[in-house]
Amino acid sequence: MTLPVDMSTTLANAWFPTPIFTASGCASSGKELAQFFPLKDVGAIVTKSVMTKPRHGRPTPRMAETPSGMLNSIGLQGPGIDSFLANDVPWLLEQKARVIVSIAGETIEEYSTLARKLRSVSGISAVEVNISCPNVENRGLVFACDPDASRRVIDGVRKTIGGELPIIAKLSPDVTNLPEIAKGVVDAGADALALINTVLGMVINLETMKPHLGGKTGGLSGPAIRPIAVRAIYQVHAALPHIPILGMGGVASGRDALELILAGASGVSVGTASFGNPTALISIQNELRELLAARGFATLQQAIGYAHRDEKP
Amino acid sequence: MTSINKGATQQIATIISNKRVGAYHQIHINVGEIVKSCRPGNFVAISVGGDSSRMILRRAFAISRVSESSQYGGTMELIVAPHGAGSRWLCSQIEGAELDIVAPLGTSFGIPTEPINALLIGGGYGSAPLFGLADVLKSRGCKVDMLLGASNGSKIYAPMEGKRSVNSLKIYTEDGSMGETGRVTESLLEIVSNRNIDVIYSCGPMGMLRAITELVAHTEVIHQCAVEESMACGIGICMTCVLPIRNEDGSTSMLRSCIDGPVMDGSRVQWDLVGQIPEVHQ
Repeated sequence: MTLPVDMSTTLANAWFPTPIFTASGCASSGKELAQFFPLKDVGAIVTKSVMTKPRHGRPTPRMAETPSGMLNSIGLQGPGIDSFLANDVPWLLEQKARVIVSIAGETIEEYSTLARKLRSVSGISAVEVNISCPNVENRGLVFACDPDASRRVIDGVRKTIGGELPIIAKLSPDVTNLPEIAKGVVDAGADALALINTVLGMVINLETMKPHLGGKTGGLSGPAIRPIAVRAIYQVHAALPHIPILGMGGVASGRDALELILAGASGVSVGTASFGNPTALISIQNELRELLAARGFATLQQAIGYAHRDEKP
Repeated sequence: MTSINKGATQQIATIISNKRVGAYHQIHINVGEIVKSCRPGNFVAISVGGDSSRMILRRAFAISRVSESSQYGGTMELIVAPHGAGSRWLCSQIEGAELDIVAPLGTSFGIPTEPINALLIGGGYGSAPLFGLADVLKSRGCKVDMLLGASNGSKIYAPMEGKRSVNSLKIYTEDGSMGETGRVTESLLEIVSNRNIDVIYSCGPMGMLRAITELVAHTEVIHQCAVEESMACGIGICMTCVLPIRNEDGSTSMLRSCIDGPVMDGSRVQWDLVGQIPEVHQ
């Protein structure tokens, strides 16, 4: 007989009953998954990154399966912030889901514009600032690859949105010094970090002998990138032990989620696993609870960063 | 409030039979109650490769037909071409093997409320869902003609029991190994006008669907086609299977072929824009 585990977690001032969230871009705005489980049963729905205007995204083919993973090249197709706030957020709140809104922009000003629109929206738990989508036309626009640009985006959002709503900066693993970029965005006002976005990759089609994806490059996700996520979370938690991390990258089981938590994640987003299994979040959550109990953790909080316990201070 | 994926369930289904038919495998699985919500045109998404598979995505297959009355309860028939690693794995599964399925998914063929003249056109294993559709149309008093095409005779799927549901069946192969030499579009306009066709229902490669749409563009014929676009999830969350669809106001939306399809109005698909990015109209 094991005691029930307190699964609750926090990201800055936002509280969640469980640490298992959807991952932005892998759950749309929740309606599609609602047929398979009540959205309020998971920690939070992190919505697909939304921009100021409606957007068609990149040309097809947008997908290539790879060993234990997949490449995607969606390019932030979406309805635009106005339609999103009018339709999707109220619906999610009606479902009693906790909502983290993910935003993406092409310019520093666009992020501030999005933040201004969000400032007056009640009921959302946090905003994820996606500065690391790999599927933009110009790699120079991946803000998270440039410490200065990252800081300026977060600074603009912080100044616009005020002090209440937690800001989660979503970072890319495709950088030389991730802890340095993480420190920069925290200094600029990020309350938490989302690690990791997809890893830039490419598949060449042997029939056409050209890049397979319409956008040529794509973001690699799935279990293939999980060790990269674990490394990134471990590194950043070691450098910034007091900054909460929302971990993601190839989590497909409770075992995987626990691995990210031990590395330093306070919450875990499940993305690509939902493509293969629409009820993945629920089974991961149940497995995680059992794994924590079996290891004698009374609370999830005790397990966060536990892999660092023998490191020198 | 939401109707996306309505009726879809995830469950374990047991294979009842798996036999080779020409170039394909005809697989029957026991799915129970969900047969009641399956309609011609819907598809099923199946996990492949077993628990430790490196193939992380489900494979989507058109539901060929369902039966409520077999000795097993509700059963579902699939016609699978062993093309890639996932479909080869599925075709290698034996009777008694368990599959993780999500079904029914996607839109279904629109069934007319009055008797009409229907022409069903299938390319390769795309013919599979058309026989189930033919049953339904026949039961509504429709006249059902069918054209099937493939590169060669082994890729024509036309089961004996299926042929009973159609008034006429014409087969085309590109190499002439079965039926007439050529493609299903060969004398399509002639057939449409001679037989007073009201609605074309089609399923097969995108090139065939596009060619049919273009041929009937200046006629009164309605063309409902089941599209085939590569999907990662089948339930509307990955946004990979989008097609450019013309809206009433002339603008274009990138719609998901998994939840806004696979059955779409052929005349609204912007075939020439597939693989491109349309301009945003606001």
